[in-house]
Amino acid sequence: MKNEFKIIINLLPGKSRILDVGCGDGTLIEALIKQKDIDARGIELEENKVKQCISKGLSVIQGNAETELAQFPDKAFDFVILSQTLQAFYRTENVLNELLRIGKKVIISIPNFGYWQVRTSLLLFGKMPVTKSLPDSWYNTPNLHMCSIKDFYQFCDKKKIKMDKIIGINNEKTSSINRINLEMKNFLCEVGVFFIS
Amino acid sequence: MKYKIENLNHIRVTKPLKLDCGQTIKDFPIAYETYGKLNEEKNNAILIFHALTGDQFVTGINPVTNKTGWWNYAVGAGKAVDTEKYFIICANVLGGCMGSFGPKNLNTMDGEPYGLKFPVITIKDMIRAQESLLEHFEIKKLLSVLGGSMGGMQLLQFCALYPDKTFSAVPIASTTSHNAQQIALNELARQAIMADPLWNKGNYYKEKKKPRNGLSVARMAAHITYMSDKGLQERFGRKLQEKKDYEFTFDADFQVESYLRHQGNVFVDRFDANSYLYISRAMDYFDLSKQFKNGLVEAFQNNKTRFLIISFSSDWLYPTKNSKDIVIALNATGANVAFAEIETDKGHDSFLVNEPEFLETLKGFLDSNFEIFKNEK
Repeated sequence: MKNEFKIIINLLPGKSRILDVGCGDGTLIEALIKQKDIDARGIELEENKVKQCISKGLSVIQGNAETELAQFPDKAFDFVILSQTLQAFYRTENVLNELLRIGKKVIISIPNFGYWQVRTSLLLFGKMPVTKSLPDSWYNTPNLHMCSIKDFYQFCDKKKIKMDKIIGINNEKTSSINRINLEMKNFLCEVGVFFIS
Repeated sequence: MKYKIENLNHIRVTKPLKLDCGQTIKDFPIAYETYGKLNEEKNNAILIFHALTGDQFVTGINPVTNKTGWWNYAVGAGKAVDTEKYFIICANVLGGCMGSFGPKNLNTMDGEPYGLKFPVITIKDMIRAQESLLEHFEIKKLLSVLGGSMGGMQLLQFCALYPDKTFSAVPIASTTSHNAQQIALNELARQAIMADPLWNKGNYYKEKKKPRNGLSVARMAAHITYMSDKGLQERFGRKLQEKKDYEFTFDADFQVESYLRHQGNVFVDRFDANSYLYISRAMDYFDLSKQFKNGLVEAFQNNKTRFLIISFSSDWLYPTKNSKDIVIALNATGANVAFAEIETDKGHDSFLVNEPEFLETLKGFLDSNFEIFKNEK
């Protein structure tokens, strides 16, 4: 399981209600239900992955988060999770607002475009970066709105979104990110996990 | 299509049932069939609701028609709805013509077949009539309820009326109410039946000739709505029926004409024209939101049932939007809901034919929910 998922499982309180947006094959929600007795739901675009989720007994609805979060009432979930997909939406800010509307708290992870490997790829080789968390080439990537940990941090600041906790992930290592170490972490972390509300 | 009710499994519903139309019926038969075995814990029971022209003979050979059951692809040993694992119950709906109380039954008042004197029934009446079956088998909580098309309407009605009587539910290609187009198509079928002079205002049971032509046209029109444009085109296109060129007549030159005529013909052998009128009327009257002051949200309030909603991409009779509206209503109440739209060219009929993606999804849902249900107890 992805290190990021382990962090999320550890930090979520038991018996809460969560929605995993873009839940894939349901690995995270299955673990949340089994390990923490969490009422976990999912939404996923791909029919095949939805089928896998349903076969695991998971309550996952097929649909596009870009347009279909509107059906959930305000504060319907204690946590809404969006794992490394924010950059793939057309209207990123809209989706973010919807997530904050339907969830009391939102957990967003982003593949960090400020990571040193990404920077050096462009700086030294003049090529679009391909890394572990950004595995696609420029011509087939689903990513439309890439950002760095610093970008997202400043975005939250500007929009007055409260950042409860930020965790940086670099391979197996995790660390807390704050205003003081932001520049350094933005350089060293491959993925940033933001707990916002 | 002849049978004796004594030869079909049935219960007699003795307690009076006050119908939506105001009339009360009592001591009437509900015919049913079962497959598989009810286990000791009584937690492997699945109730299936049939569609407009279905009956209780879900799989295997229907003993009355000698044809294969209508859901043979999905139900059977080792199939999606595994009869070696689950106990399946299906009843013929109230108003039907395969043993349950319907317009061809004899009226105890005058000894004549009811015909149009049969009370107009609703989906809710159908469900309340079938509920006695659970008592009959002493099942407190079903593992699941399944139903496609009108079967899905019955299922939603069941869940709204009896929120604690099933652990899970799978409405397939269905809706919570008919829209104008769906009512219009049913009206077309009814008018075709009633335009047949042999229909004779519903009094034809004692005549030698039945309103075959009217019912057959009704079936042909309905059959078109069960298939997608693409499915029909790929299967028939403009192919001619066992001939090289047009015959410049109104016989069935095209294969698609011949196919529809055949569908109409085999249908009238097994179905009663008045039943078609009554059951299609029940579908049109169905509007789950109308039964609750606060609409659909109230219908599913505090419902703990685990839902799987399924729609088919090429179904234009009960399109995905109808299913999504169910999903939205369920999500608004925080109900437990999964939803899948199956990509297929097979139209509304997708749930009745061999559609592997659908069958695998259904199987995965039932098997995983059976495990959860067992552990819950």
